[in-house]
Amino acid sequence: MINLTINGLHVAVEKGTTLLEAARFLGFPIPTLCHMEGLSPYGACRLCMVEIGEAPRAKLVSSCTYPAEEGLKVRTTSSRVLRARRMILELLLASCPQSKTIQDLASAHGIRRQRFRQEYEDCILCGLCVRICEEQMMAKAIGFRSRGENRSIGTPFDAKSDVCRLCGACMYVCPACQLRCTYNEPEKAICGGCANLTPPCIEKEQFDDMMCYMDPCVACEIKKD
Amino acid sequence: MKRMGENGYVKQSFVQDTETLRLSSVNELKELRSILFETLDENKPRLVICAGTACHASGSNGIIRIVKKYILEKRLADKVALRITGCHGFCEMGPFILTEPQQAFYVQVGLGDVPRIVEALLSDKYVEDLLYRDPATGEKYYSRDDIPFFKHQQRSILGLNEKIDPIRIYDYIAQGGYSVLEEVFSKQNADWIVQQVKRSGLRGRGGAGFPTGLKWEMLAKQSGDQGKFLVCNADEGDPGAYMDRSVLEGNPHSIIEGMIIGAYGTRATEGIVYVRNEYPLAVKHLKIALKQAQELGLLGDNILGTGFSFDIKIVIGAGAFVCGEETALIRSIEGKSGEPRQRPPFPVQKGVDGKPTVINNVETWANIPLIFKSGADKFATVGTENNTGTKIFSLVGKIKNTGLVEVPMGITVKEIVYDIGGGASGKAELKAVQTGGPSGGCIPANMFDVSVDYESLAEVGSIMGSGGMIVMDENTCMVDIARYFMNFLKNESCGKCFACRKGTQRMYEILDDISNGKGTLEHLDLLKELAEVVKDTTMCGLGQTASNPVLSTLRYFTDEYIEHIEKKHCPAGVCKALITYSINENCVGCQACIRVCPEGAITGEKKQRHVIDAAKCIKCGACRSVCKVEAVDVV
Repeated sequence: MINLTINGLHVAVEKGTTLLEAARFLGFPIPTLCHMEGLSPYGACRLCMVEIGEAPRAKLVSSCTYPAEEGLKVRTTSSRVLRARRMILELLLASCPQSKTIQDLASAHGIRRQRFRQEYEDCILCGLCVRICEEQMMAKAIGFRSRGENRSIGTPFDAKSDVCRLCGACMYVCPACQLRCTYNEPEKAICGGCANLTPPCIEKEQFDDMMCYMDPCVACEIKKD
Repeated sequence: MKRMGENGYVKQSFVQDTETLRLSSVNELKELRSILFETLDENKPRLVICAGTACHASGSNGIIRIVKKYILEKRLADKVALRITGCHGFCEMGPFILTEPQQAFYVQVGLGDVPRIVEALLSDKYVEDLLYRDPATGEKYYSRDDIPFFKHQQRSILGLNEKIDPIRIYDYIAQGGYSVLEEVFSKQNADWIVQQVKRSGLRGRGGAGFPTGLKWEMLAKQSGDQGKFLVCNADEGDPGAYMDRSVLEGNPHSIIEGMIIGAYGTRATEGIVYVRNEYPLAVKHLKIALKQAQELGLLGDNILGTGFSFDIKIVIGAGAFVCGEETALIRSIEGKSGEPRQRPPFPVQKGVDGKPTVINNVETWANIPLIFKSGADKFATVGTENNTGTKIFSLVGKIKNTGLVEVPMGITVKEIVYDIGGGASGKAELKAVQTGGPSGGCIPANMFDVSVDYESLAEVGSIMGSGGMIVMDENTCMVDIARYFMNFLKNESCGKCFACRKGTQRMYEILDDISNGKGTLEHLDLLKELAEVVKDTTMCGLGQTASNPVLSTLRYFTDEYIEHIEKKHCPAGVCKALITYSINENCVGCQACIRVCPEGAITGEKKQRHVIDAAKCIKCGACRSVCKVEAVDVV
């Protein structure tokens, strides 16, 4: 067992436990977007930052990927952590305002405005869909492409994937976008979940009566406008 | 096959060259060196020509061809020798010819100058008009070592470049190359090696400055059942920096020797040089060097008959900046996309293919043979207490002498900029020096007394980085500089972690707004807040240092930012949206500007003052650069 302190409370956890698991075990809430039980930790959303160590060498680390270490002192809600978390939520809100998950998190953290130029992106690149496709569905149909601001998720060469079983897991786990669904172009769709429904919603005329895993299907809602 | 005896297997093989020479003991290596040493004729007149990438670009290949042709035509091969080497550092003056033993330094040589230089060398005279002259004083220098650019350096790594033809292993061995292996192998003590490196105080030259000996010690302690890796990080990506490139191109064997020593000390089994595809000459020279070392028995199984085996292979990267980061580099070697991961586990615990790995920069590896040649204690006397040894900087920007400079650590920025660099190249005064590449910071001119070491640079908000040094004068806009580097970083961020990807994009957006005159004072607070959070929350070194250009310019040049925001004015005359070009009364009506203006925005009769049509002007600056009477104003 490994002994560490979280917010002043002592806790003993098994080797290999992450700080996020340890903190949640003690009941300290830590917000996450790219974390999901059953998927390997990725550390992309940077919301789960916690402060470790002591001044002047204290630093922020992502709790979902940092393993518990003997004698470690962890603070989950220090002012430094909260400042970082709020800024990240502000950035998320500025890029992806239509996500209910992000709206709720921002609201819970008291974010009442965002000061950047408003964007309407449909993906925060948290990678949950990529990981569930690979690790749980054993399909590896989608992956990351390119880097920096051009980074995106999709199938190789944007071709319809042979290994995709249209299971819709990618849409199910998506915390932000729900727009991965490309509605009425099934040949391009990664998920195509709606095409699996009876009757398939893409065959319907007009987009007035949508059926989708996402209720309502945000993609269709927005595209309709 | 004959072994060593009275005749000497090495000597016979070397002289007859009938069979490929393969050394099978330390003594054979010693013998080979003494034979090579005998054949060295230091007094034979020799032309040394740099064929590094920079000189290559300025035409040294043509010079080399003409020299060869001239020597053959005039049948001078017995009287004069030619050595083609890697970078000497003074790239501003290329292509150049250095003569031995005279040490005359002919700069910016043209093809037609070659016969004069050869004849002068043969009669021990000088071609006076081609010698280097100080641009400020006009003073002529007969010996290369007296030139201020070289005089104030301590060139323990770069100095070897001019003595070695990088594609000839015998050149390197004759200069004492691989001699450290003799001592290392005869001691048969791995701990001793690690302790020596620790004692030398050598710190990683890649930027972070982690003590190399400590890193090696950690690797040596790891279990080696599955094998251990040594990696040479040659993924140099900073714009304007080419230190590692020059060492790899000019002296690849020093890296190989360093890695063999490291492998013996840490019991590593495999070596990898990760080099970017943009460095074709470095890759070529390295491949040749590896093949030569393997053929000679210095790499591979049972090195020099000691029973110790180690081999090095090359992995060519696609040139992503982030792949210089250790964990991203490891993924790239494994064939995955270059993205960093959270540490721990550190590479020394879990690196390439999950095996313990130590990654050191090119310059760090090149330092290793020097430590053992001079002794760790002597090495530690160079530089300051916690920053030992020399460091190579690529000195570029608005400065008289640009090129690669090697100086002891702890030297001041002032000495580098003024004594070696020769001060400002134009009339404008120097304003700042940017160190450490895109993730570094700007040091203002009033702080040029700062000592160049890891801690002092960090204190003033910059970093050592891999050694880029960009000198800026009053005509450089600091907002524009921050914007330029942020643009680079937002494109080179891998995009894995949100804070780095979006943070750099948003910082760029704000800087772009400010330089376009759309900034507000609230933007400044937001920029600072964002920069600090990005520094705090990102996963790898790229993101953690990405804020430095913003934070350091905000710290020292707030006035410039405020002037951009409040007065909508760019004091340096750089930000295009905030400047206008006009022609003043100095204009003599020569029409030179009219001819170069790509938009036809300038009108005027001969000998009449010309006028710029602001609506057509695209602010390219072409008119200003051709005007001989300084009649073009930028406001």
